[in-house]
Amino acid sequence: METAPVDSAFVSVQVNGESYEREVDARRLLVHFIRDDLDLTGTHVGCDTGNCGACTILLDGEAVKSCMLLAIQADGAEITTVEGLTHDGELTALQQAFSDRHALQCGYCTPGMLISATYLLEHNEAPTEAEIRKAIQGNICRCTGYVNIVEAIQAAASGEVKRD
Amino acid sequence: MTETTVAPERTETEAPQRGYIGVNVPRKEDKRLVQGEGLFVDDVKRHGMAYVHFVRSPYAHARIASVDVSKAEALDGVYGTLTGDEVAELTDPFFQIAPPPGGHVKDYALAVGRVRHVGEPVVAVAARTRELARDAADLVEVEYEPLDPIVDPERAADPDAPQLHDDVPSNTIWNGHFDYGDYDGALAAADKVIRIKRLHFDRFSSTPLETSGAVVEYNRGTGQWTLHCNNQFPGFAIIMMAPALRTGMDKLRFVSQDVGGGFGNKICTHPQLVALCLLSRKLKRACQWTEWRTEQHMANSHGNERVFLDVEVPVTDDGLMLGFKARMIDDCGAYTRYEPLGCIIWAQVTPGAYRWRNVRVEFTQVCTNKSPCGPNRGYSRMQHLWFTERVMDVVADELKLDRVAVRKKNYIRADEMPYETPNGCIYDSGDYALCLDKALELVDYESIEERRREAESRGKLLGVGIGSTLDSGTNNFGQATLVNPELQYSVNNEVASVKLDIFGEIVVTLGTTPQGQGHETTAAQIVADILGVTPDDVNVRPGHDSYWNSHAGFSGTYASQFAVTGLGAVKGATEMLADQIRTLAGAVLGGVPPEQIELAEGFARIKGNPEAALPFMACGAIVNANNAVLPLELRDITLNCRYVYVPPHQLPDKERKYGNLTLTYATQIHACVVEVDEETGSYEIVDYGAVDDCGVRINPQIVEGQVHGATAQALGAATHETFAYDEQGNLLTPNFYDYHVPHALDMPPLKTGYIESPSPFTPLGAKGMGEGGGAGLSAVCSALQDALRPVGRPIVYDSCNPYWRVWEMLRDPAKTRENVEVETR
Repeated sequence: METAPVDSAFVSVQVNGESYEREVDARRLLVHFIRDDLDLTGTHVGCDTGNCGACTILLDGEAVKSCMLLAIQADGAEITTVEGLTHDGELTALQQAFSDRHALQCGYCTPGMLISATYLLEHNEAPTEAEIRKAIQGNICRCTGYVNIVEAIQAAASGEVKRD
Repeated sequence: MTETTVAPERTETEAPQRGYIGVNVPRKEDKRLVQGEGLFVDDVKRHGMAYVHFVRSPYAHARIASVDVSKAEALDGVYGTLTGDEVAELTDPFFQIAPPPGGHVKDYALAVGRVRHVGEPVVAVAARTRELARDAADLVEVEYEPLDPIVDPERAADPDAPQLHDDVPSNTIWNGHFDYGDYDGALAAADKVIRIKRLHFDRFSSTPLETSGAVVEYNRGTGQWTLHCNNQFPGFAIIMMAPALRTGMDKLRFVSQDVGGGFGNKICTHPQLVALCLLSRKLKRACQWTEWRTEQHMANSHGNERVFLDVEVPVTDDGLMLGFKARMIDDCGAYTRYEPLGCIIWAQVTPGAYRWRNVRVEFTQVCTNKSPCGPNRGYSRMQHLWFTERVMDVVADELKLDRVAVRKKNYIRADEMPYETPNGCIYDSGDYALCLDKALELVDYESIEERRREAESRGKLLGVGIGSTLDSGTNNFGQATLVNPELQYSVNNEVASVKLDIFGEIVVTLGTTPQGQGHETTAAQIVADILGVTPDDVNVRPGHDSYWNSHAGFSGTYASQFAVTGLGAVKGATEMLADQIRTLAGAVLGGVPPEQIELAEGFARIKGNPEAALPFMACGAIVNANNAVLPLELRDITLNCRYVYVPPHQLPDKERKYGNLTLTYATQIHACVVEVDEETGSYEIVDYGAVDDCGVRINPQIVEGQVHGATAQALGAATHETFAYDEQGNLLTPNFYDYHVPHALDMPPLKTGYIESPSPFTPLGAKGMGEGGGAGLSAVCSALQDALRPVGRPIVYDSCNPYWRVWEMLRDPAKTRENVEVETR
């Protein structure tokens, strides 16, 4: 029996604790759904090919590149974007360490970088430098040469973070 | 030729006390950026806006026989299209910097009649969503008649080469002869002459992670466009666009907040911006365009490819190089947008870091069927400095001179600063030999021979290399007249405004368009010191708006100058404001002379009598709200001060191509250790040291971040990154799969060091910096040549050396040596 292809579908997701329900084009990328439909513009796009990692989010706890998924694939998922990292306006240790250690310049890769680093520290409390580099291998930064990013993640892991 | 350039006046040492200068003040920008609350161009949305997609040429060179947009326009959700024919009718070609023949190039927002590179925009399509715009673009039917392309710059001027532009014969955009000192005399005096037939600097770009883009709105009532965009040099873009659009400069309002990296690549976006202006007016709706990554690689600014031919270096027996002679061919791609300025900008660093007094250069720029070139971090100087460092190593190695000793012999010495180069540039300060010592120390140079043996025991070839960059900053735009004497550009300027608002809030607006350089923070540091407050008390408006009255003709962020021009303007404006506050407070506090008033902790108070103090809030209120308190004779006090910083430049001598082309010369000296696998040619950078000298460091952490980033870009360009084209002009590296930029695991351990040689010519003793990466390119080439020495002494001729190029050198070192010759007199 032939089934007619659908060109749109209903998507229900939880993003940063908020519920969203939208009718969405079947071909719409998850990153464009997050940015354009939900107006959560912290998640960025830096390439067309899944290389740069600026769009990295947590999808049901896994770090994924949201440009490599369709929005409809996220139906029923719980998503965390960079906007969901802080609680009650308090920066996380990683966010604070990124600022303290000057781990960002233009800030464009930062959201994806923070999500990858968050995922790492959730699964490995005391990563080695090599483990950190491997964890952010899928995130391209064109400004920092990664030096201070690696240091910031180390600092956040070891609790050496200044606070205002 | 004994006439010398007049060195700029030395700046009086009235710099503010070093309260916050030299302190790692946390960046004001960070809080929003780490929370995803920045505002980048693709974040800007307008009601009912159209998404724009460009139909691009699949051919490197072709005549456009016909364009049919009817099927695209018929698609549901498509708002409209724009074609090259419409552009040709509604706009004039962009102003050309070049004199004829290059000046005959006709460059429009979309291809008119002919395409000249793969990826050239032909039609723009606007639709309700990004996806629909792409669908509609697929429905546009363009019929092309392919023409032969010219891809190789060394063949572009051949008589049988296809010609790109009417009235630009031999594809030659610009040609100039540079002759400084007495080259023939130097040649006659030489004991040895080294000749190198060819060196080649590859095409690449910094590929900022955020691609170019804009949201353009047209106000029909006023005929004014607002361009929310990430163009990094609005001053230049407006000058290019207003005449093309047949409108006034003030009808183009440029707005940006956060910009995701620029590196020069976001200077020449004016063609796409004009297309968006036309579309937004035609469709009566805001038009949004975000470049796709593939489009950025195919059609955004590339860094200039350059070939150095028939290089000749006269040397004395003691290793002193007397200068050089070369023919240089620069490939600017299909169109001249910022070009041919690259034909003169290299001359800011004519002798590199060396005391080379006799120089003869025949410089030619040609166009080819490749993406147009434009400024790219280290613009035009990087290519030239790489050449000087290659020359240094080839000469040292061929004459079996010690590479360190011969550099130190030829380096300009610290006690010669300020140093006048043979073409009249004034190197302001620096100590290259000291920087080199520190760089070598960082890679433990003393132990190199031991490490070489140890590597050998593991079957690896170890080599050490050295590179330098003179990061010349604060352009004298008068150098444009050396490529085109008719141009009316000279010197440089930047603006800042500082005001004290009604509740005592200090508000700073900049003319710059930062892309991660932390301008909000460093500006606040300068203001805080002068007004006696903390950087937290200073509100620096993020981004740029050309309507803010902090916009001048050269406003933007480019060419290593903010620490001089931007902060010079901030300092000037803040000092004006401080004077006004002191005058006002003195009057209000009972006729105390201004010099008796000090500014501290948010108060204007009488020195020695801190009880007699007027809070800034009261000052702001008196001028902005409570005017009865303002004495009549002080009505010219506005507490809103605008200052234009203009560097002390003069017009260069057009005939002799002579004069001071930039105000400051930051230095970077890098040392690099590589290990090469003899079987495969793959190699690893195992040790790396970068030493920076940018004079007074306002915020050391920011400076160091620039050193890291520039180095990473250089290492990417040295090992992987190249925009490779096939013979038909197809780009082979159009995305981050094929164009490999450094990832975290690719980066070697970076060690950094610094010295501070304050500039005697700048308001804060600081120098612009950020483009020092070229040293890394040279250092890797230098290290590879050193490592490969035991296997037939091959010579490194290219700037980019992926493993396969190293493998070729390993396999046939003799072939690389055919291009070098030593004549003993």
